[in-house]
Amino acid sequence: MASISTARAGIPTAEQILEPSPGALLRKRIFGNTGLIIGAAVLLAIVFVAVFADVISPGDPYDQVLSRKLIPPIWHESAKATWEHPLGTDALGRDYLTRLFHGARISLFIGFAAMFISGIIGTALGVLSGYFGGRVDMVVNFILTTRLSLPVVLVALAVVSLVGSSLTVIIWVLGLLIWDRFAVVMRSATQQIRNLEYVAAAQALGCSTPRIVLTEIMPNILNHLIVVATLEMAHAILLEAALSFLGLGVQPPEPSWGLMVSEAKGMMFFDSWLIGIPGAAIFALVLAINLLGDGIRDVTAPENRN
Amino acid sequence: MSDPVIEASDVTRTFMISAGFMRGKQPLHAVNGISLNVERGEVLGIVGESGCGKTTLAKMMLGLLEPTSGTLRLDGKLVGAAHRIEVARILQPIFQDPYSSLNPRKSIGDIIMLPLKVQNDPDPATWRKRAEDIMDLVGLPTRVYNNYPNQLSGGQRQRVAIARALINRPKIVICDEPTSALDVSVQSQILNLLQDLRGEFGLTYVLISHNLAVVEHMATRVAVMYLGRIVEQADTDTLFKAPKHPYTQALLGSVLTPEPGLGVPDTHLGAAYPNPIDPPSGCTFHPRCAQVMDHCSKQAPPAVANGGMVECHLYAHGGGRKSPKRKSK
Repeated sequence: MASISTARAGIPTAEQILEPSPGALLRKRIFGNTGLIIGAAVLLAIVFVAVFADVISPGDPYDQVLSRKLIPPIWHESAKATWEHPLGTDALGRDYLTRLFHGARISLFIGFAAMFISGIIGTALGVLSGYFGGRVDMVVNFILTTRLSLPVVLVALAVVSLVGSSLTVIIWVLGLLIWDRFAVVMRSATQQIRNLEYVAAAQALGCSTPRIVLTEIMPNILNHLIVVATLEMAHAILLEAALSFLGLGVQPPEPSWGLMVSEAKGMMFFDSWLIGIPGAAIFALVLAINLLGDGIRDVTAPENRN
Repeated sequence: MSDPVIEASDVTRTFMISAGFMRGKQPLHAVNGISLNVERGEVLGIVGESGCGKTTLAKMMLGLLEPTSGTLRLDGKLVGAAHRIEVARILQPIFQDPYSSLNPRKSIGDIIMLPLKVQNDPDPATWRKRAEDIMDLVGLPTRVYNNYPNQLSGGQRQRVAIARALINRPKIVICDEPTSALDVSVQSQILNLLQDLRGEFGLTYVLISHNLAVVEHMATRVAVMYLGRIVEQADTDTLFKAPKHPYTQALLGSVLTPEPGLGVPDTHLGAAYPNPIDPPSGCTFHPRCAQVMDHCSKQAPPAVANGGMVECHLYAHGGGRKSPKRKSK
């Protein structure tokens, strides 16, 4: 025990005899995990930018000044580079930094909303099938297999060409399509917990099934849920960028990062920052979310617990 | 004398086991026609090998599984017909592994108070006091009230499980291997605690255990199970001094002694436990029996009452035991 040396020096206190509480242990592990801290910091910065985009942006994302088009970013060795447009302007003379800030808003919003919808669907299906097993499990597995056989991009393409493209449509299409990982992970996590004796004890105490699911099972699979949620959010953001790049997602003149990449692809070899900057932004956001998710998994994984 | 709190009559539980891909399902009789009465205030020990149906029987008593056929009454109420909470008020379990029987995300106080909350106790103001009283009674310091299970030792966790089982004053407690996951030094503390609480609360115990020493120490009556049936039932003293069924004799003979020179006892049981999907004909124990007779494989043995109960051909026709026709092996 950690308190042996102090115990020799004097009478140990209750805190030294008892192991630290789960909360204290968790805090210790969180601050010992570099990846989690970096991911959380980058994500927080992007969230901050997205929330305060109107306040901190130097200009208006839709303001076109054709006389000032294609100004390179300030690190460029061009005489045109100016602090007025730190990241330059695009082909229509819109300030790139402003569009990047507002694009963060769209990416995060789509990522979060799609993750939320798919999380509810996937968790409900997964927990039900894991808890009840048998027929319920068979039905859920069938739905899951059906879903896995649908290619996301093709379905999105079909839906968008049928009902037209808008932010709402994109969110619903993604939300209704990417719940598979939630369902798979929640199902197996629930199966593990369901056979533990504290669930049987709760049943023997007379707990109702909803109560058991909410108070005995959910708190113990929450860490898996958070991990999958972060990964799926990153997944949704990438899919949105891909759909916007294909012209099926967010429509111009909205400043979506995927759309910015798409608009810049024609000038890739001449003004490469146009494609590099939003690409780097997508990369940083997805990396940060994945780092955060991995970090949470490491911090809460049972094998790291003593 | 007869004031049964548990009355099981011809209880059977069958599981449908898949025999393999596209081969359909086969029945497995985990518990096969058990009739059993547990008297108020007694401690019934149930012993038997792994897979003999002890836990299935316990789960049926707890209302976690329904009997396929037969009836099970707790204190006169029919299990299955009675509401879950009604069963819970009468009967509570203590599980084997205190590391998995406590929810790691709940504080000790919440775990112990849960029965009061769930069973709609009318007086929430007294809950905390009652939880602390019961913690005192099971030997838990009240300062761990706000701690979490991972901060306690195995013995303390088992005390939490006992406190949770007893807080709403059940009449019957089912102890499924209550000590087998604990250190040897803690086992006797928990057993003594269970003994003390039995007097304090007037409890009836059903004690399921592999450990014959524990059963001998705790139980007033013992039932021996083999392949879903009770093959012998008798008072603890009678059963341990003069076991009748050859299976009971083999079980008692298999206890390891601390004497190093004696080696491992030979029980004649062999290693093969029969396949429960396809049990042997006649007496299910006959392939492993040391005193097997010709008709053992053809006829199921009758239940012979002789103080206790024994299901064996040896005792069927007025004491065949003195001259059992031994089959040459």
